[in-house]
Amino acid sequence: MTGIDALVIVLVGAVVGFDTVSFPQAMLARPIVAATLGGAIAGSALLGVLCGAILECFALETLPVGASRYPEWGSASVVGGAILADAPSANAGALIVAVLVALGGAWLGGWSMVELRSHNARRARRQHDAVARGEWKVIRGLHVAGLISDLLRGAALTAVILAISLPLRDAALRSWPHSFANTALMVAITAVAVAASAVWKHFSAVPLARPIMVAALVAGLALSFII
Amino acid sequence: MVMRLLAIQGSWNYETLIGTGIGYSMEPALRLLPGGKNGTAYREALGRQSQYFNAHPYLAAIAIGALARAELDGESPTQIERYRRALCSPLGSLGDRLVWASWLPFCSLVALAFFALGAGPLLTVAGFLLLYNVGHLWLRLWGLRVGWRDGLRVAPALGNPVLRSGPLGIGRAAAAVGGLVLPFIFLRIADPGGAWAGLAGPHRFALGVGLVGVALAALLLIRLQGRIEGWKAGLIALSLLALFSSLRS
Repeated sequence: MTGIDALVIVLVGAVVGFDTVSFPQAMLARPIVAATLGGAIAGSALLGVLCGAILECFALETLPVGASRYPEWGSASVVGGAILADAPSANAGALIVAVLVALGGAWLGGWSMVELRSHNARRARRQHDAVARGEWKVIRGLHVAGLISDLLRGAALTAVILAISLPLRDAALRSWPHSFANTALMVAITAVAVAASAVWKHFSAVPLARPIMVAALVAGLALSFII
Repeated sequence: MVMRLLAIQGSWNYETLIGTGIGYSMEPALRLLPGGKNGTAYREALGRQSQYFNAHPYLAAIAIGALARAELDGESPTQIERYRRALCSPLGSLGDRLVWASWLPFCSLVALAFFALGAGPLLTVAGFLLLYNVGHLWLRLWGLRVGWRDGLRVAPALGNPVLRSGPLGIGRAAAAVGGLVLPFIFLRIADPGGAWAGLAGPHRFALGVGLVGVALAALLLIRLQGRIEGWKAGLIALSLLALFSSLRS
């Protein structure tokens, strides 16, 4: 990975991190989008989308509801897709590191969002009186400062995750003992189990959703064996 | 206003939540108040609208439209503030149910279906973004329009069938898509054709064992609901696997 590639990855990580909450919430930050972008930058959108689909299975469970704490998938997924795609051919060590780094990075990203929100709150508290008086410059200043801080947060987070993941990936390239097929199988079991439990839990309050899911699952299993 | 609406959560914080974003987004409309940008009415309205507010970011468009209209119609500050407080809860719960708990998981599962059925990266990503954002942008624009049109009489709009029954229909559709494609997602990730690397994938017996593993792990995660989130459990399981494998190699 060249320095230019790394720089582009950090910039894209910043943009998708920014999309998570601040602007425009178009779901560029979903793993299936962000990891594919990361993979495309590093040379293989196909491996990027593989990483993105795995991470999307994990992300299905987390809902970005207002003040709740949730992982920030975007920046971490860009790095995950990029380090998998950047490895020489499709490599089992790169796959496991890409997934682990992206999951851990998403956790770190969630923490960084909480910190940023606390920082924004301190700023808002200091300016409370000016805001109540309707001073436009203060209100605009608070808002723009929040936007810029979030963009910088995404960039810094992506840079940190990338810096941690490259040596880990290189170590895994040398020493990971399992084949690509076996590693992909283990990752698939974990990811799809999380996705299946997420779908089951999400729609528990929707009448008929669970019977529909079970019937569709039986149909899907039958079709998958036939095809 | 529409562009500002897309950045409504730019200064999200634990003090005023999206309050500053409401004021920031509504500001262009408030310039139409008597006296313009330098008038007392403008400053008072801006100060009022930038206080604490909580709602789903997409449905906050309804509040912005309605409250801007109320300010321009000269409604009393007490009435505006009362209405503003009353809007928070329904706009939050309706939006969370419709968008975060229904539309987003549905679109996500459709994207995974594209992937599982062999679509390329471009089709998978573009299909997801297009589908999700048609609903996303429609909701924001519709909200702003009905809020602006109805002002403080916007409450009946919250009974829109999409807001009320949408989560049920979308939830059922998502459950159907999810059930149908989960086996295909598993097979595509586990890669029986070796498409990712040109390598031989695991044989059918291993895939069958893997599917049983998925079922058992999913049941365990459902049993553990409320104690640990699935993605964290997955992270821990894969980390332990990586650690164990590294120590053995």
